[in-house]
Amino acid sequence: MVTKPEVTSSATQETAPVTLTKKEIERYSRHLIMPEVGMEGQLKLKQAKVLCIGTGGLGAPLGLYLAAAGVGRIGLVDFDRVDDSNLQRQILFSTKDVGRPKIEAAADRLHGLNPEIQIDTFDTHLSSDNALEILKDYDIVVDGTDNFPTRYLVNDACVILKKPNVYGSIFRFEGQVTIFGYPEGPCYRCLYPEPPPPGLVPSCAEGGVLGVLPGIVGAIQAAETLKLIIGKGESLVGRLLLFDALAMRFRELKLRKNPDCPACGTHPTITKLIDYAEFCGVRGEEAPAPQTSVPEITPRDVKARLDRGDDLYILDVREPHEYQICNLGGHLIPLGDLSKRASELDSSREIVAHCRSGKRSAEAVEFLQRAGFRKVLNLKGGILAWSDEVDPSVPKY
Amino acid sequence: MAVKVMIPTPLRAYAGKKESVEVAATTVGEALKSLTDQYSELKKHLYSEDGRLRSFVNVYVNDEDIRYAKKDQTPVRDGDTVSIVPSIAGGKGN
Repeated sequence: MVTKPEVTSSATQETAPVTLTKKEIERYSRHLIMPEVGMEGQLKLKQAKVLCIGTGGLGAPLGLYLAAAGVGRIGLVDFDRVDDSNLQRQILFSTKDVGRPKIEAAADRLHGLNPEIQIDTFDTHLSSDNALEILKDYDIVVDGTDNFPTRYLVNDACVILKKPNVYGSIFRFEGQVTIFGYPEGPCYRCLYPEPPPPGLVPSCAEGGVLGVLPGIVGAIQAAETLKLIIGKGESLVGRLLLFDALAMRFRELKLRKNPDCPACGTHPTITKLIDYAEFCGVRGEEAPAPQTSVPEITPRDVKARLDRGDDLYILDVREPHEYQICNLGGHLIPLGDLSKRASELDSSREIVAHCRSGKRSAEAVEFLQRAGFRKVLNLKGGILAWSDEVDPSVPKY
Repeated sequence: MAVKVMIPTPLRAYAGKKESVEVAATTVGEALKSLTDQYSELKKHLYSEDGRLRSFVNVYVNDEDIRYAKKDQTPVRDGDTVSIVPSIAGGKGN
């Protein structure tokens, strides 16, 4: 499908004609000398209003390129604060920004890059209560969030408000990009009617992301956004672009509008925003603490008992690459290998299993109990809690 | 007939960490069966308990979504690529 959609700004032609100042002409000269943008395109950029949801890995290159390109009004939505672990990929932020609200640091950076544009900040969680109100003033929405509930919320709000949704998502070294929300094109629910149920998404052991990946995917989202504004080229409407940074390969799949789609089909059943936490089984990407009944022990209690000379066998069920980051000197058997290697364990000894946060080790304890181990405890909160409560020299990751 | 099944990053842990697996098949259903026979752990990630493909997993033959072809009866030819494309939500890289 070849589509050349054009976004019309609500700054209508009836008002005074928009022009560029001499300073702006100098700033945007490399756009202006290109016929595909030119004065006409640059004026469209100046009048455009784009909302960036999330100012993290995807939002960073996106915000920077949209601001640099002269998009006249950029909205930023985020509730987070800058953290040390963000700096590996969120290139909007500097080390000195750690601890600041992201939108504040982002707005400063974008203003510094381009003082000619307007930056709107929304220091909030996007929710069913505020989404329509926040989105309604913008021409294009760019989704750079990190969890399923917000993905479905942004999709449904864009379908209801008939706004294009420039979508990008990442996992480890793989990314997906497309544009949803065009009347003739598919929406996110056409592609994925439902989110994965809790527990079937890879655990934190398989998480992580190559720092440059969101840079590439976010930059593609920026390119698509700029093309929509100037109305040039072939957009990604109806095409899902897959990118694998490890293989360094792009692939493309056809997306179709599903006539039975509950959001954008011929007889939609979703006509207003719903409870997305409930729809997604009350989980985003990070799983809440599991509601298991396995016996637990706190890091402080383990420390006290070890100091007392109790015979506790520490079992680490994380992956070998995690053991290299930090460890408690435990015996390493990754959760996935436990069924094959349980014979390495002495069931007569008291075993304390741990992982990073306590989720995988809870599964390990459950498995070992079923396998007949009677004295197995889960280290509550994992090595993260150990760092908080017992030994702050253990790095958190 | 040899068909290449592309395994997405989130599911590689259940498929011997492989990026792709070659199988012999004449339909998509056969290709996926052959794959899950080799890697039984993959099965619960691809199919629900009633045996249907999960709604957050899409399957393509080359660039076409099998939901708009003959679903698991969609024929595959020698040299075709079957892609498994699950939904991923990451944006910040937590």
